[in-house]
Amino acid sequence: MSAAIHTDMNDMLPEAPVSRLEARVAAANAAGRPALVPFLTAGFPTLDRFWEEMDGLDRGGADVIEIGVPFSDPVADGPVVEAASLRALENGVTLRWILDGLKARKDRYNAELVLMGYYNPFLQYGLENLAADAAAAGVAGFIVPDLPLEEDAEMRALLAARGIDLIALVGPNTSEERMAEYAAVASGYVYVVSVLGITGVREGLPPEVPQTLARARKAFRLPLALGFGIKEPKQLEGFPDRPDAVVFGSALLRHIDAGNSAESFLAAWK
Amino acid sequence: MSTIPRMFPAGVTYGGTLPTDGGCACTAAARAASLATPPAPPAPPARDGLFGPYGGQYVPEHIKPVLDELAATFERYHSDPDFLAELEYYLTRYSGRQTPLFLCANLTARLGGAKIYLKREDLNHLGAHKVNNTIGQILLAKRMGKKKVIAETGAGQHGVATAATAALMGMQCTIHMGAEDMERQKLNVFRMRMMGAEVVPAMSGQRTLKEAVDEALAAWLGDAENTFYLLGSAVGPHPYPRIVRHFQSVIGREARAQVLEAEGRLPDCCVACVGGGSNAIGLFADFIADEGVRLIGVEPAGRGLSYGDHAATLCMGSPGVMHGFHSYMLKDEAGEPAAVYSISAGLDYPGVGPEHSHLKDLGRAEYASVTDAEALDAFFVLSRAEGIIPALESSHALAHAMKLAPAMGRDAIIVVNLSGRGDKDVAQVEEMVSAGLVTPPTL
Ligand SMILES: Cc1ncc(COP(=O)(O)O)c(C=O)c1O
Repeated sequence: MSAAIHTDMNDMLPEAPVSRLEARVAAANAAGRPALVPFLTAGFPTLDRFWEEMDGLDRGGADVIEIGVPFSDPVADGPVVEAASLRALENGVTLRWILDGLKARKDRYNAELVLMGYYNPFLQYGLENLAADAAAAGVAGFIVPDLPLEEDAEMRALLAARGIDLIALVGPNTSEERMAEYAAVASGYVYVVSVLGITGVREGLPPEVPQTLARARKAFRLPLALGFGIKEPKQLEGFPDRPDAVVFGSALLRHIDAGNSAESFLAAWK
Repeated sequence: MSTIPRMFPAGVTYGGTLPTDGGCACTAAARAASLATPPAPPAPPARDGLFGPYGGQYVPEHIKPVLDELAATFERYHSDPDFLAELEYYLTRYSGRQTPLFLCANLTARLGGAKIYLKREDLNHLGAHKVNNTIGQILLAKRMGKKKVIAETGAGQHGVATAATAALMGMQCTIHMGAEDMERQKLNVFRMRMMGAEVVPAMSGQRTLKEAVDEALAAWLGDAENTFYLLGSAVGPHPYPRIVRHFQSVIGREARAQVLEAEGRLPDCCVACVGGGSNAIGLFADFIADEGVRLIGVEPAGRGLSYGDHAATLCMGSPGVMHGFHSYMLKDEAGEPAAVYSISAGLDYPGVGPEHSHLKDLGRAEYASVTDAEALDAFFVLSRAEGIIPALESSHALAHAMKLAPAMGRDAIIVVNLSGRGDKDVAQVEEMVSAGLVTPPTL
């Protein structure tokens, strides 16, 4: 597992700052399990219940919580996440509401926090203000699906200055060369997208996932988080190389939407 | 390919193979000057896909390889003689190009100022400029070995053009269209289906163009390997704005040669309506280097310029990122795309092509807006004065030209891009007249 590699790397480069996200995934791996990374749309299903489910996820053993910043034009999300986003927008959720809420709850969560959202709301907030406010709110990373390498220099630098990771996303059609370009700047963990297309549409994982993971393993020295289409541990059975972290999005949102608690979703994974 | 006459290189075949067109300003010489010259290769930007600070590729990583493949295909073929020959063949024989440049003598006399010329894109097959682009892109799709095309549509014009060219090329075709727009443009839905396309309603949000784009993109990503996304305007991530500009630039290339032929000089103004910006950039492209020519894009002011009542993106918006590119956009404080409105279903989009944003910042092009009422007035005036019923979209350009003309001298020249014909809008306007919402002006 890559956790061992990371420890070696850190030993070799003691002065390199260690990302909180990377360290957190490594700690879960050292305990013999993948890090658990639930995704929850901010303000879903209601403003109050969102904060309750955040607490539930934290109690339930989430290592990292990815908080979805709702956007009405989510080009990389499937119907489940999109519907959750639209509901959150109707509930009046804004980026400012999320950051203010997190600031008010600073140090409440054992889990590390990542904000996942589309570029325009971040851009309109002002990237410098965003980095400052995110740091003040205890955010450890950002995922911005519509911000590929060519466009991300400014945001990456502003976040890095505050010790916040901008997480790379790669997928089944990302070449090894392209992954290597990301590897030169990536930090935190690497989000390996299991499917081409959109989240939450298909049941189960496509057969090419092990190859994608293998390519990413070669290109990156960072932990790999597998996401899109993951629901149960048995989906990963038989993988020659298990991902270092697993991300649950649509399946968790469906679970919550059916009236269940987020905490109970995580139970199967412990 | 072997059955398709070679029309490039050189004007060799043109003089002889094309029928004459009955002696409007578009003489054989003008035709030779425009059509026989292969389009100049697009000028390379500082970085691929940037127009000043605008454009780019704000897309998820997994779309990037697909866009890269498209960009590489475009670079390989845009000046390839066989590709150009095939393009010219279809533009000429299928769509009826070149389109005339028509002097509106009656309208000019009535306004008492600048001469108003119409670039008659409404005379294209299917009644709008859209087909210039769909033919070009579908030929790229063929070169890439794709079997299916997918597209979004607003008014339905781009959907109809896509469905037609897909039928022509024997490709499978799916069109995503806002449920609201499907209601407004029922006949276009029927047309698309007649030509074999599957029309899928976009049911989310405002159920118009923005939602159709989202859903078309999502469907495309599910099967990008076999499917070509045929984008309908000069928007979207690189390389689309560059590709659409390239295929629409035939408008300005012809118009420039035609106005030189008719008047012996360049026009004072070129005016076009701006939705996503494809007919406008198509007209402007070959005039950008002619610094004395004013380029004016006209946006829909709808019911007026307060939030939610218009779609005047360049006039009222500010830079942002949406649908994969950086450009002016209309948005709320949180950065969400704004609700937009226009009488014309082809113009109500909260974004605009990135090159227009750049031209605006440079001051090389100006952008104005025209209300629903002004556009409707122009719709009636042109019908009555010249016997030409313009599309409501194009009526915006015309309405602005009608404001400019009287203040200009009689030897001044305005070229208006008549991007489409108004047949598709007649039912909508008839309902408004019957309901007493508008009264046709008396001439
Ligand atoms: C006739 C006509 N003109 C103009 C437009 C606006 O598009 P664009 O700005 O890309 O030319 C449309 C769009 O449907 C149209 O149908």
